[in-house]
Formats: sequence, structure tokens, C-alpha cells
Amino acid sequence: MTAAVPLVDYLVLEDEPHLVAQECTACRARYFNRRNACASCGGTSFTKAPIATTGVVRTFTIVSFAAPGVDVPFVSAIVDCGGTSVKANLVNVEPDPAHVEVGMPVRLTTFSIGQDADGTEAFSFGFEPIRH
Amino acid sequence: MADNVWILGISMTKFGKHPDKDIVDLASEAALAALADGGVAMADMQLLVWGAAMGGSMGQMLQKQIGQTGIPVYNVANACATGATALRTAIMAIKAGEADFGLAVGAEKLAGAGLLAGGSRSPDSPTWQPHGRQGAVTALDGRVGTETMPGVFAQVGMEYGYRNGGGTTFELFARISEKNHAHSTLNPLATYTKRMSLEEIMNDVMIAYPNTRPMCSANCDGAAAAVLVSDAKLKTLSLEQQRRAVKVSASVLTSDPWQEACQVLPDVNTLTRNAADTAYEQAGWGPEDLALVELHDCFATAELVHYDNLRLCEPGGAVDFFNSGATWRDGRLPVNVSGGLESKGHPVSATGIANVWEVCHHLRGEAGDRQIEGARVGLAHVIGLGSSCGIHILEKAAA
Repeated sequence: MTAAVPLVDYLVLEDEPHLVAQECTACRARYFNRRNACASCGGTSFTKAPIATTGVVRTFTIVSFAAPGVDVPFVSAIVDCGGTSVKANLVNVEPDPAHVEVGMPVRLTTFSIGQDADGTEAFSFGFEPIRH
Repeated sequence: MADNVWILGISMTKFGKHPDKDIVDLASEAALAALADGGVAMADMQLLVWGAAMGGSMGQMLQKQIGQTGIPVYNVANACATGATALRTAIMAIKAGEADFGLAVGAEKLAGAGLLAGGSRSPDSPTWQPHGRQGAVTALDGRVGTETMPGVFAQVGMEYGYRNGGGTTFELFARISEKNHAHSTLNPLATYTKRMSLEEIMNDVMIAYPNTRPMCSANCDGAAAAVLVSDAKLKTLSLEQQRRAVKVSASVLTSDPWQEACQVLPDVNTLTRNAADTAYEQAGWGPEDLALVELHDCFATAELVHYDNLRLCEPGGAVDFFNSGATWRDGRLPVNVSGGLESKGHPVSATGIANVWEVCHHLRGEAGDRQIEGARVGLAHVIGLGSSCGIHILEKAAA
């Protein structure tokens, strides 16, 4: 069995994959990076808060021009997951304005981005449309 | 409250391609022209502030071309708000009573620069090793959203529609760009002075929907410089110098206060609103008193949100405000009559002084074909991502 690692340390792959934020225990501000202190209140105590795996698209862009090595076009978005904003790509959707809109309901999904030289597989995340 | 500070002389170079000039050539041209415009010399200056966003800390290199007088040099950087920061640093020194004359300069060589952020992606290492504050095992640009400026500001504009009931269509943003390109035809110092039709703008190369290429700020070479003077010193100068001096009615710099989402999508709104409110209070003028506004249209999608942030329209009403025609040069409140960053160009460190130059030009009645008649008060705004907001309100000298 190959080992699996997440693309970022705030992606949890086990069981039901989800994102996890650093939440300030004093003011509840949430962050997706290693913290020195809370930028909102100055607190230095944090707890891990699981983030809802569904949300709505607050805003998006369809990037057609990017650095060499970046596959274009792709949809970049900010997703409101139950009051916590998450930056991610939208996946499993046509990257054109006829198929993407603000307010669109989406859910988290994970997928392999390949194996490294040691055979370890990395998993990324994105949000896909919830189709009824 | 300290006495007023005035702009005594101000200048900008032609923006565009200057393959035969280096950054110090451009800065020298702007600085010497600003000194001449103010009727003073380098020997009169008591501090120099150099805007060092992209081109490095070159204030002393400028001195070595135009005057090594031993005065303090401050090399300051605040991304795209660098020019405004340089201006404000000189203003603060004068307000503090440390100087009567100060010179602020911003220059950049960016013609053909491409993407200023997210323009390269580091190669993958042979094994997935976590790096940085997010424990990323590989580069995130393009995998977890976009790091490019056209994409970030596209999201800023589209988010305005989400919060305010829609209207933020591709065509709306293209029409904003159409306005600024039309305005640029009257500005001989702009990088691009070609009028573009709505169709040409919408059918141009897509960079990050809804921003096509002409809806993005133009990378270019250019410089701008301003000579600041204290109230007391100005009174000792000639009547002509006093007549042409422009009062700095407000000088404000803010950073982005914490808001939910601000660390996943830069919040360019709150700090602009805060800066605008402080500036109007300092100046004793409100948005209804402004004859013209030069605001930071780094992308067409950004101009829209700043109508609201600068209180030029009703809260949430930026789309209707633009559609009313208000921001065209013959409208109720002309915005970016210089052509804006989309056509005048955006040599990063120069921009925050060039915007002020544009406003001063109108207040002095020296703007030629593009003069906004009877202009008495104007506002110049810049945003540097990260973020910083600089706002200056300028006022015509009393006759």
C-alpha cells in the first residue's frame, strides 16, 4: 500500500476528508496556516476546528493566463463553508462562465496529484458543484 | 494641529517604454522637473523619499546624479501604494517640523514585465515534503486558487456582485475599461492613448475572467516626483509659487484590519473605506465636493468596488452609479480622466505620485484638453496588496 500525504497540512484525508482550521480560543477567528498569534485579537491559544465540507461560491475567476506549469484554464474561487471562507479551485465543472456562478452550492472533493520518487501519493482538494 | 503642507512642484514623465533610460534616468527627469516646477533646487531639499517597490532602494543613486547634499534619504516600499507612502513620508516630516522642503520620488522599469505575482511557480521537489506555513508539499498557485493579480482582483469585483445583488457582468466591467481607454486619448503622457470599443475590449485576450488584457493595468516604465513645502515656508515664496501651490487637505495611510476571509482573499474594501472616512474628516470635504477622482483601477474589476469604498455612491450602488454615466469625464463625478492604470499605465512606485500629479494639474487649471473645468478639490487613491491604502485629498490654493 502506498503512503498518502495531503497537499497542505490543513487537509485531513482520513475517514471523511475535510479541512481543518486553526481557531483562536478567545475570539474564534479561523486561519489556514501556522500561527504566531491571532491577527484579530492577539490571542495565542488555538484549537483545531473542522470545516464544513459543503458551501456556496462567494466569488470566482477563470484563470486563462498563469505561470508556466500551471494548467489553464482553471476556476479559482472563494467558498463560504458555513461562515468560514476557503480558497480553492472549483473542479469537475467546465471552466467557462456559462457553468460557474456566484451563489452556486459546492462540496469538497479530494483527488490524487501523483506519486513522488518514493512512491508516496499526494492528494489535493477542490470543490465540485452539487447537482440535483 | 500642525500647519498645512503644500505641493509646490510636481511632475511625471511620459509613461510607456523607455528602453534607452534606466530607473535613475527616469527618476532624475521627474525629480528635476518637479524642482523646476516648484521654482526650487535640490540644495533647498531637506529630505528625499524614494519609492522602492520593485526597483530597489535607489534614493542614494538618484542623489549621485542630481545632488549629494547630505540630507536624509528614506527608501520606502508598500507595494502599489509605494508612491503615496513616499509622498506621505515627506508630508509627515514637514508636519513634524523636521523639514520645510521635501522631495518624494517614485520610478519603475516594468515595460514587458508580465505577471507581477504568480508569474513563476517553483518546481516540484523529487519527494512530497511539507514546506512553509501551510505544510504544502508542492506549489499551490493554480492548485489552491490563484495567486495572480488579475485573478485576485477579478474575484474582488465578482464578490461585489455576490454581496450586492448582482449586476457585475463581464460587459459592465468591460464598459468601465472602455471609459478609461476613452479618457486616455486626451492624455499625451499615457502609455496607451487608443480608444477601444466595447467589442474590442471583450474580444481581447482573456487573462482572468472577467478581466481581458485591456482591463488590466499596463506594465510600463515611468517616474513621478513631488516637492512638498510647509505652510510657513510657502508664505515666504513668490506670489506665483503661492498661486500654483496645491494644498494637501488630507494625507492618509491605512492597512487592512482583520476581517473574516481577509487571509484567503485580500480585503481591499475595509482599509479603503477607513482611509476615505479619515481623509474626508481631515479635509473637511465630502465626496459630494470632489471635482475629480483618480482611483486605483489596477483592474476594471477593482474600479467598481472603489466607487463604493470611497463613498462616491450609495452603499451597494456602484453598478447603478457607473451605469448612470457619472464617472465619465462629462459626468457628475469624473473618475480616472487620466486614463487610469489600465491605459495611462502602472509603474508601481510612480503611480501614487502620478495620480496626485493628475489631480494637481486640474486644480491648477493646467490640464489642457482634458481639463475638468472649475476643479477645486480632488482625491487620489491607491491600493497596495498586502495591504496598504493611500488617499490624498488635494485642494486648489485660494485665489
